[in-house]
Amino acid sequence: MFEWLLEPLRYPFMVRGLLAAIAVGVVCSTVGSYVVLRGMAFFGDALAHAILPGIAVGYLVGGGARGPLLVFSLAAAVLSALGIGAISRGTEIKEDTAIGVIFAGAFALGIALISTVRGYTVDLAHFLFGDVLGVRPVDLWLTAVLGGLILLVVVALYKEFLVLSFDPILAATLRLPIRLLDYLMMILIAVAIVISVQTVGVALMVAMLVTPAATAYLLTRRLPVMMALAALIGAASGVVGLFASYWLSVASGAAIVLVCTAVFLLVFLLAPGRGVVWSRLRRISS
Amino acid sequence: MGLLSEIRRTTQHVRRGHLPHPVGTPVLQVADLTVQYGGGLALEDLSFELRAGGRTAVVGPNGAGKSTLFKIIAGVITPTAGAVQVYGNEPGGHICIAYVPQRSQVDWSFPASVSDVVLMGRVGRMGLLRHALPRDWEIVWQALSVVGLEELSQKQIGQLSGGQQQRMFIARALAQEAELMLMDEPLTGLDAAAQESIFRILDDLERRGVTVMVALHDLKLAAERFRQVMLLNRRLVGFGPPEEVLVRENLLQAYGGHLHLLPSEDGLLALGDTCCDQGVVEHV
Repeated sequence: MFEWLLEPLRYPFMVRGLLAAIAVGVVCSTVGSYVVLRGMAFFGDALAHAILPGIAVGYLVGGGARGPLLVFSLAAAVLSALGIGAISRGTEIKEDTAIGVIFAGAFALGIALISTVRGYTVDLAHFLFGDVLGVRPVDLWLTAVLGGLILLVVVALYKEFLVLSFDPILAATLRLPIRLLDYLMMILIAVAIVISVQTVGVALMVAMLVTPAATAYLLTRRLPVMMALAALIGAASGVVGLFASYWLSVASGAAIVLVCTAVFLLVFLLAPGRGVVWSRLRRISS
Repeated sequence: MGLLSEIRRTTQHVRRGHLPHPVGTPVLQVADLTVQYGGGLALEDLSFELRAGGRTAVVGPNGAGKSTLFKIIAGVITPTAGAVQVYGNEPGGHICIAYVPQRSQVDWSFPASVSDVVLMGRVGRMGLLRHALPRDWEIVWQALSVVGLEELSQKQIGQLSGGQQQRMFIARALAQEAELMLMDEPLTGLDAAAQESIFRILDDLERRGVTVMVALHDLKLAAERFRQVMLLNRRLVGFGPPEEVLVRENLLQAYGGHLHLLPSEDGLLALGDTCCDQGVVEHV
């Protein structure tokens, strides 16, 4: 009866993929709660795309080794974040425009770099859309350690990030180190993106940051509950998406994101008290 | 100001708590304050001094620089020129200054309860990597009881009425143990009953010795409910008791063509224009 559930688990790569998807789901959705609350979705999307040149250089330097890949993509993310800040602070240009400029420029640079290598279409596809079944044990360890670190920082600085997200002026009058916390938040998002690239890929990354958190946002009005729910939805979508991809032969990253989206739509329509259907019913009955 | 100095400042706060308040120094000294925004001047050559205790109404037309002034006093913005001293030191060294935001500036769908928001006022005192102690919660409950919101403490903030939302922010300022509170348009959009409940709390704050500055655009309320009024229009037009400050000459200078002075039975009737409120009526 559970044959359909157990059969994929006979393959070690499938088990590793599942573990990676769960870790990515939990980490991205937790950090993503702040992305949603602070209206940073576009920034997250841009950062995901902007790490491509880093991946490319890491790939060219290390020939597929994890260390360089990680270091260079993180460097690319941090540089882009700083570049966006510098442009929007130093000129009259608005922040979303600055994000657009940096994001597209960095992404193009990444594609150009990768295209210098032979057989680049295959590699490019892996970076763009993820290759969760190619996760190696060392990747899993890196994901676990870095993901754990992210969660640790989120828990340790919970009240500071909460104040900064809700009321930056209060954060200033409480003399919290605002700029430091802002940079730290950007680095957390960047690290979350870097460890998730292999699972969902650059192109769909923003969905992992935003969709489970947005779903949880519709279900609760307390931040800790929202984070926990988002993590749960993210992890479960990872598992369900991977099984769906196995049985339906759909690209794994796309399958995971589609499950996230389906859960969001369900909640959007049916959420108790706040869903669209619910409020329709209430209007009819009153 | 570099990132490193920011870190150093923060660790100093955690170690030392906040700066001392020497007896006898004015709460607030502002000298030759000028603020430039883009091309224009938001504030120009502002100088005044505020003694401890009591409440001051800050009035003036839209764009007079009321919010800017408050943010500078709170140490959120740095002025282009001039100096602000709170208890004899720069505002950046104090965590006893509370800025109470305009309700329209707040994300009311944020996933937080009333007590969550009031507890935020404690964050500066708790220190990095620390969690709320029973004492912090005690202070939160005290603050909630001062503003009469104990029973709504678990509500999501968006479920409160306008007056309750305003009281919640005052409770947060109390939890911050603020000695100087800057309230940005706390009465705007509230009905008379809700305004009265805010004034009862303001009276209570006065008894507790808290110094409060209230930005208003209702000249009538400023004249009737405050003993001290500051009339602002980028420059300081007048500062003192309302009967001395809110006179024809000053009002014309501050509001210019936007204010109509009509003769009425008991003197002059000033009709001010305001962005979001019904017309303001003031007898002079």
